Amino acid sequence: MAAELHVALVAADREVWSGQATLVVARTTSGDIGVMPGHQPLLGVLESGPVTIRTSDGGTVVAAVHGGFISFADDKLSLLAEVAELSDEIDVQRVERELERAKAEDDAEAERRADVRLRAATAAR
Amino acid sequence: MGAQLRVYKRRIRSVSATKKITKAMEMIAASRVVKAQRKVAASTPYATELTRAVTAVATGSNTKHPLTTEAENPTRAAVLLLTSDRGLAGAFNSNAIKAAERLTERLEAEGKEVDSYIVGRRGVAHYNFRERKIAESFTGFTDDPSYADAKKVAAPLIEAIETETAEGGVDELHIVYTEFVSMMTQTAIEARLLPLSLDEVAEEAKPEKGEILPLFDFEPSAEDVLDALLPRYVESRIYNALLQSAASKHAATRRAMKSATDNAGELIETLTRLANQARQAEITQEISEIVGGASALADATAGSDR
Repeated sequence: MAAELHVALVAADREVWSGQATLVVARTTSGDIGVMPGHQPLLGVLESGPVTIRTSDGGTVVAAVHGGFISFADDKLSLLAEVAELSDEIDVQRVERELERAKAEDDAEAERRADVRLRAATAAR
Repeated sequence: MGAQLRVYKRRIRSVSATKKITKAMEMIAASRVVKAQRKVAASTPYATELTRAVTAVATGSNTKHPLTTEAENPTRAAVLLLTSDRGLAGAFNSNAIKAAERLTERLEAEGKEVDSYIVGRRGVAHYNFRERKIAESFTGFTDDPSYADAKKVAAPLIEAIETETAEGGVDELHIVYTEFVSMMTQTAIEARLLPLSLDEVAEEAKPEKGEILPLFDFEPSAEDVLDALLPRYVESRIYNALLQSAASKHAATRRAMKSATDNAGELIETLTRLANQARQAEITQEISEIVGGASALADATAGSDR
């Protein structure tokens, strides 16, 4: 049996996703990082961006993560984020509207958030 | 109907109306406690993971960070007091306020200047009435706090702790909130958030004895990770305290409203007895008046026959 790692994607107010996976790709402040089973213990700071989780049954889960941490030890990986959403929870049309509004209002923070969501939603397709 | 009886009837009606209201408030609070408890439970995984991460950095590296090292001569401290926006919760708010005052006194006795940060209208009103200085106050979300609210509360505190003491910053950060022990017990407790005593954190985070924390590889570096981690840790602790305080408030309201309902019931019973007595007295009096009147009449007619 191929090695697996247990992933828990946790937001501040709920557990967003948890399950078995074979590969997790996330963006840390020093670049993209892919974690597979047996990786060396790691603790990193995440950038806002999409996180891709390849589940052990062959599926792919993509989530938009807004800042946070990745921590990996003993084949247990936790992704901590203040705000995290799965790509299928994201309403693309609404986010596009939000993005437009943010651009119009010159709200860099909101624009970045909408952009991350949008990227996660498109990456899942 | 006699005047006495009418007064009793009126009071019974008014107490019954009050009882209905307190009963409704009791049930609302009961349902909110459950919801608040669920929120506390939902926020636990994040808090546990975060604590684990903090422990990992703290034990796995020799990094010195201003937020984990104690100032040699602490002169200023911030106290964050969590109260509720609304009352009708028994001693909930006064207990928290008292605990904060005790803590403030103790800190002042140690020669520290205390900045008060207050959440909840009740606490703000208490301090304003006594004309005490409030560094910053936050209101409007105590019944159902969100993580964004916790961030809003944490932001000025983190800023204060990162500022040099000479420039108006603080050396220590304390928090006073009401811990939700059970439906029946909520206790006001105080805790020092910063500087972080790492032994305490390590104690809390250790799930099993003998588990050795692995040697972590830090990305990008231990300092940067700690830099990013500690504010989040503070936010998460404040969030947890806000949620517990909300759950406690609803539990306290439920209990206060339950005893109000019980008291109203008792009052209605006593008043009903008094009303019955008054009615009975009225009837007795009427009967004796009739009997007296009849016998007086009989005496009068008997006298005229003679």
